[in-house]
Amino acid sequence: MSGGAGDGTITAGVAPELIAESQREPGLAGLSPGRLAMRRLRRNRGALFAGALFLLLVAACVAAPVWANHVANRGPNEEPTGTETVEKGGEDVLILGLDGVPVGPTLRSEYFLGADSSGRDVMVRLLYGGRNSLMIGISAALVTTLLAMVVGLLSGYFRGFTDLALTNAMDVIWAFPVILLGIALGVAFAQDGINLGFTTIPGGSLLIPILVIAVVYVPYMARPIRGEVLALREKEFVEAARAQGMGSLRIMFREILPNVVTLMLVFFPLMVANAILLESALSFLGAGVQLPTSSWGTMLDDGVSRIITAPFLAIIPGAMVVITVLTLNVFGDGVRAALDPRAKLTVEG
Amino acid sequence: MGRFVVRRLISMVFVLFIVSLLVFLIFNKLPGGDPAVRMAGRQPTETQIEAIRKEWGFDKGIVTQYTTTMNKVFTGDLKSYFTQLDVINEIWKGLPRTLWLAFGAMVMWMLFSVALGLYSAVRAGRASDRFLTVLALIGISMPVFWVGALMNHYLGFKLGIFPNGGYVPLTENPGDWLYHMILPWTALSILFIGVYSRILRSNVIETMNEDYVRTARAKGLSERRVMLRHVLRNSMIPIVTLWGLDFGAVVGGGAILTESVFDLQGVGQYAADAIGQLDVPPLIAVTMFGAFMIVVFNAIVDVLYARLDPRIRLSGGGAGRGGGG
Repeated sequence: MSGGAGDGTITAGVAPELIAESQREPGLAGLSPGRLAMRRLRRNRGALFAGALFLLLVAACVAAPVWANHVANRGPNEEPTGTETVEKGGEDVLILGLDGVPVGPTLRSEYFLGADSSGRDVMVRLLYGGRNSLMIGISAALVTTLLAMVVGLLSGYFRGFTDLALTNAMDVIWAFPVILLGIALGVAFAQDGINLGFTTIPGGSLLIPILVIAVVYVPYMARPIRGEVLALREKEFVEAARAQGMGSLRIMFREILPNVVTLMLVFFPLMVANAILLESALSFLGAGVQLPTSSWGTMLDDGVSRIITAPFLAIIPGAMVVITVLTLNVFGDGVRAALDPRAKLTVEG
Repeated sequence: MGRFVVRRLISMVFVLFIVSLLVFLIFNKLPGGDPAVRMAGRQPTETQIEAIRKEWGFDKGIVTQYTTTMNKVFTGDLKSYFTQLDVINEIWKGLPRTLWLAFGAMVMWMLFSVALGLYSAVRAGRASDRFLTVLALIGISMPVFWVGALMNHYLGFKLGIFPNGGYVPLTENPGDWLYHMILPWTALSILFIGVYSRILRSNVIETMNEDYVRTARAKGLSERRVMLRHVLRNSMIPIVTLWGLDFGAVVGGGAILTESVFDLQGVGQYAADAIGQLDVPPLIAVTMFGAFMIVVFNAIVDVLYARLDPRIRLSGGGAGRGGGG
């Protein structure tokens, strides 16, 4: 997982690629940058397909209760009683075999993807777990973006002491291996929750992995934003705003912010992808989502430990993570290419 | 140059101090509940908790608590209350394994990313470049532990081509050592190959448009020489920075997932086992250790860089960094 190489500044002026593009297609000349970007994104079939697939996955996970109640007839935490059977390949098979090996994928409505080590329906858990994994990924990325925006704006705009303090704080977070900091925070908070002074977040809450993942990734996004703000604050339009008597807050949020939104848009899908990967890793190690709540990470934990007797328990949730993260990475790559064909921003998990 | 090194050292010590403060806060102050109870692990007795409270100074002021904790970490007087083993000793035991894992994976990921990145850049836009781009995207989208577990199960356990996890010391049997390390190296490198080959590809494409490359061609150098001496050399600079820092991250516990899946018993797996037992002292030590590794490698890379490129000395700019898997 590499942070942006720190040189994510976007040079002002018109990129030669853009000039070439407008010469090739004269109709493009008068379009705004936003429209141009949309146009480029619309033409990138791979990215559009990936984006659509991601939305489809989100929709499927949101609709988890529909599958649970109307197709599988089972909740995500429902375990079978002793000798319950299910139809597989025309025969009735024990959900949990006498040797403890669960039934594999039946490809029928009940136990479509088989049962896990406790006899619970894997398909139902996959959808409910996906809800949590996606929720954590998207919320964590939102919190990261918000924090990075504030940090980047403040330290880039005010420079001086504010910048020194914030940049050093970012460097300290940056100094930890992402996964270790996640583990340290996850383990420390898993038992007794977070003590915020005015309130406490309980140990099993999904807010804990969300906050942990969000904080860990802030420097990766705040750094390039700060660099951008540093360059923007010297521009004529900021000078003009200052001459008009605008206050610092107004200049930051009304004048500078719209110019860094592009950068944030480029980062966002990649952030969600990384957050989902980190959630799966932390939960796999026991420092993320806490049982009995399911997520793709906790399912992977269960599956990998039973890989010898029931490998499908590891393959299925892992494949879901790969597909989801891949769609986000492909889509993010398309967004980056569309918004900013020149920059070389990369965030990897 | 001397002044730059001194300045870099001072800032390194400062960051390390803040890191230690943060580790202390994360484990002792930020969570709710009693730190002595957390420290004692699962199902402690009342007397154990009381002893820990005395030993760590949890009944005293916050400054004493901090100095006691750091004292324990740095004098090696840190004991796991779960295994009763000396924590620093265990880290030392795991370190050679972690170092070998990180070193071998690094060689692998550098070789493959240079080869694939260069090939992709030369063939930019063609089918082979697109194929490699897709492969790289898949590579960065896979959880390391998942790939590792599947490799271990199918190539090791099922087909028996490779051993089913475990570690053999190099001094004991070099052949067996290599045989046991191939799968972990591969699993750990995949992500980095994906990242690095993409960065290298775009750097090479950018460098190929430089004037000095045109000059090199114009003066009649062979294409091979132009690519290797002029293009590749200059495209490698940002990669070298990332490389030093990622190596630091992997050594500093970033390989926790790979180590656990292949049962290598390195520093990372030591931490992973501690999570399962909610055994806090090893986690404090490994977290500190990991951050120290990164900070130290960061400083080394900066100094090396300043030697190579005088412009850096004046701006004092640091470099970007990755994490690990």
